[in-house]
Amino acid sequence: MPEKPSPLDEFMKQPSEWLRGTGPMSDIVMSSRIRLARNLEKLPFATRSTKATQGEVLNAVKEGLTHAPSLKRSAVYEIGELDEVDRQFLVERHLVSREHIVHADHKAVAIGANEVVSIMINEEDHLRIQVMQSGLNLRDAWSAIDTLDDELSEALPFAYSTEWGYLTCCPTNTGTAMRASVMLHLPSLVITKQINKVLHTITKLGLTARGLYGEGTEASGNFFQISNQVALGRSEEELIENIERILKEVIHQEQTGRDSLATNNRTQLEDRIWRAYGILRHAKTMSSTEALDLLSAVRLGVDLGLMNGLTRTTVNELFLYSQPAHLQKLEGKALSAKERDVKRAELVRSRLGGQA
Amino acid sequence: MVCELCKQSQATVHLTEIVNDQMTELHLCETCANQKGAQVESHFGLSDLLSGLADFSKTQEPEEVSTKACPNCAMTYDDFRKVGRLGCAECYPTFKRSLGSLLKRIHGSPIHLGKSPARLVKPSKAKSELAELKKKLERAIEDEAFEEAARLRDQVRRAEQHEKQTKHHKDA
Repeated sequence: MPEKPSPLDEFMKQPSEWLRGTGPMSDIVMSSRIRLARNLEKLPFATRSTKATQGEVLNAVKEGLTHAPSLKRSAVYEIGELDEVDRQFLVERHLVSREHIVHADHKAVAIGANEVVSIMINEEDHLRIQVMQSGLNLRDAWSAIDTLDDELSEALPFAYSTEWGYLTCCPTNTGTAMRASVMLHLPSLVITKQINKVLHTITKLGLTARGLYGEGTEASGNFFQISNQVALGRSEEELIENIERILKEVIHQEQTGRDSLATNNRTQLEDRIWRAYGILRHAKTMSSTEALDLLSAVRLGVDLGLMNGLTRTTVNELFLYSQPAHLQKLEGKALSAKERDVKRAELVRSRLGGQA
Repeated sequence: MVCELCKQSQATVHLTEIVNDQMTELHLCETCANQKGAQVESHFGLSDLLSGLADFSKTQEPEEVSTKACPNCAMTYDDFRKVGRLGCAECYPTFKRSLGSLLKRIHGSPIHLGKSPARLVKPSKAKSELAELKKKLERAIEDEAFEEAARLRDQVRRAEQHEKQTKHHKDA
């Protein structure tokens, strides 16, 4: 563990760009992300790949990246050369998927300036290009990733058919191979028990909902990741318009829920928020699930203008820095789960100006 | 409460089963529940769903031989049905028929309307795109995919409009 310096230490100095807590509707929308899957012609996908073909993909892509002006200030990290904590750290920052850090051979990630752009190499598809923005900002994300994709496609022979579009490992991605997703903080829909109804409706409209860290993860801290399910038969712009239209409705529902709680259940709502704040400022040990839930309540308090002097950015950063790998990188050494719980409580107390 | 199956251990798992509209509740211990659970709650992931869909397409498209192998990566349609993932880009033309109906079932349409790689887009970008759109429109009408066709028609109109404007602009 990093008694020796890690190549990722630089990233600890500043939180990811998408955590800024600014941008349109950033009270309810944490971040917007667009991901494109691309594969190289001829070379087999992950299902049929060998060490040799993965090596070929890695070399070809690394070379291709050098031709993209959008990636001028980027660096490539090979997952196999990172220790467990650093790998987990990349997942916590949403720079790679959880799948990307197991069987690390020949897998890599390119990370651009401010972590806005990242490219997973040798995930399920040869390239998974991603652009992330703070707040509801799919259009900027699309414009950036569209340009980057054009640059890369000049240098790399992407597998493409005029009939079916971009050819991907999984047929659910075929076509645009685009996944546009938005991370929403929906505490009032959870408190008022409307959330299942909302999520159910979303799935009927061609969207899908997941937890904080993507496929198969629980929705903790009242965070929900909503993305398009369909990738073929519509243009990228149409898919984005569709998701935006539905999202605005969800955001409106959350807003209505917040207003109604603030009017009809003011005392209970404030009680919930201040109790959470009290625990965060005084607890001596805290699991990451508990931290997420309590921070979620305090974030709602910030949005409602209750927490004088506490900014959304501080709360957003705590969501990230209280995660296991971030805590261990802050400490500069590996910690057991118990030790982490103590360090987490310590970190939260100090950032929220609580008991030392 | 004691487990209803082994009648020995403490029941900690409570299962509700609905068989022929009859709801029954079962109170089981961990061990019996695990045995029972294998029947009740087998893991149902995306690949199961996909292979389910792929199976369905097999019954519809019996012409495609499920043992025909991709010339590039040797994957067969049977292999694909098991894992729900394709082996390489060549698998697409190899399993064209079955995949076409599978893609339609997944996405509601089998026709790509999004962007294309920059190196394929020649200087006469707008023109070839318009031609491509018109071709797709014809195909959609043939397939009687009218919703699709309506959307394509609008895109063709927009593209034509755009072309006129740029021309006008150049002339001026």
